[in-house]
Amino acid sequence: MHLTKEEERILEGGQGYASMKSMQILTALGDIFGADKLIPVKSVQVSGVSYHNLGDAGLDYLANLAKDGSVKTPTFLNPAGMDLKDWKELGISEDFAEKQKKVIGAFSKMGINTTCTCTPYLIGIKPGLGEHVAWAESSAVTYCNSVIGARTNREGGPSALASGLIGKTPNYGLHLDEERKPDLFVSVDSKLKTLSDWGALGYAIGKRGKNKIALIEGVSKPPEDYLKTFSASIVTYGSKPIYHIAGVTPEAGRFEKPSERITIGEAELKEAYEAMNDKDDTIDFVSLGCPHASLEEIKRVSELLKGRSVKTELWVACARPVKEKAEQLGYNDIIREAGGKVAADTCMVVAPVKGRFKSVATTSAKGCYYSQGHNNMKTHIGPIDKCVEAAINGKWS
Amino acid sequence: MRRSRYKRKMELNGRIIYKGKAKAEALVTKDQISFYGGVDPEKGTITEKGHELEGKSFKGKILVFPSGKGSTVGSYGLYRLKKNGAAPLGMINEECEAIVAVGAIISEIPMADKIDISKIKTGDIVEIDGGVVRCE
Repeated sequence: MHLTKEEERILEGGQGYASMKSMQILTALGDIFGADKLIPVKSVQVSGVSYHNLGDAGLDYLANLAKDGSVKTPTFLNPAGMDLKDWKELGISEDFAEKQKKVIGAFSKMGINTTCTCTPYLIGIKPGLGEHVAWAESSAVTYCNSVIGARTNREGGPSALASGLIGKTPNYGLHLDEERKPDLFVSVDSKLKTLSDWGALGYAIGKRGKNKIALIEGVSKPPEDYLKTFSASIVTYGSKPIYHIAGVTPEAGRFEKPSERITIGEAELKEAYEAMNDKDDTIDFVSLGCPHASLEEIKRVSELLKGRSVKTELWVACARPVKEKAEQLGYNDIIREAGGKVAADTCMVVAPVKGRFKSVATTSAKGCYYSQGHNNMKTHIGPIDKCVEAAINGKWS
Repeated sequence: MRRSRYKRKMELNGRIIYKGKAKAEALVTKDQISFYGGVDPEKGTITEKGHELEGKSFKGKILVFPSGKGSTVGSYGLYRLKKNGAAPLGMINEECEAIVAVGAIISEIPMADKIDISKIKTGDIVEIDGGVVRCE
């Protein structure tokens, strides 16, 4: 990979330790993936924020970089392990909270905006078509590439942070036109109605498409929230953080139909629902907002909960600016009065919930994946109203 | 069983992932490794069920494997091993991917890739010197 004189100077340590380490990471990745050069990025999203995943070693690494590192482009964070303000009401321990605050402190020292979210596009961080960014959380990366049409690889925590500290990323993978081309044509033969139907579709395509980029036909334009959950699902069960939907996503018209074809119909969606719905119908945790809930979704939950009360633990996870807006509009009070919690900055995937709950109900196919594997829980997936009913009854119906 | 004494010294040329020198006994596998969920970060052992090296320790050895896999948190997994004094002394890959590359860089573990790892056997004394690998 070609480096400018300035970049070489940074690599040799001319701008201090954090910049040198970051440049080492970016040049190694550039060489591995055959990038020709580094390109500037408009924004950066860093993952590896939850202390649950970082541990003391990760915290130590961040504290080291924070000694002389500062970001060169707007940089923000993926969800942390807790609501940074109201962590006590989520049942987080003092020890965990103290460590998590140190992690956030290190990021903050580097000039990073400590808004922790997987849906930056809901709080005004929305790059333009064709713009280059370096984001890390898989659903955000997928939404960014597919729905927005901006360009990012799926970064790891340290590589995204390196991009923030340098302001650039190596030019390879999804930054290049030819790498965004679909190689699997997916015909959808089913009327998708609910949010969770889109989660199930992501499961069905991801499982079959694996390392392929899908061009999808046969669906009408859904609400943005549905594309948010679909983005999370398809990349969790497949692996490519990009898809195209004819008539919906901005780059779909650029490409010819791939010759390899599959059809997803009722049977495939049913199979997806069955894989994510356990036979045992007892529920002790209901988690909404994976990816982070929009204001519309919080409003809907508050309408469903008005004057009722929940039997299970109920979290509605969202970005802090969305929680504040919902607070002003009175939605959070209604949810709290029913016994539910509106959790900012965190989510069911990265919070330390392992061992606390046996069986979760959620709208999210991605949430099901991490609950089953990482957190050892039984799962149920369905639309918002069904999940809220499960919270009220403690049962999946 | 007696190890062959006739094996001649061998030099393999690859690509530097992280600079530096390291010399130790090799631990070789044909299976990919996940450093988040697939290893014990305190002991430096492989824990993945059914892995060719399940239960084996790579602490202080030259770990030779085709490539990494799994969650990107694996980069921090390598860093954690290094902090705990349980990391490999050096690493050799056939084809390095992003998780292990970044892990080697942040943990400062000498590493090379683009090496024909079938030429290296567990128990060989191996030296990594930049992008060059010497076996004896």
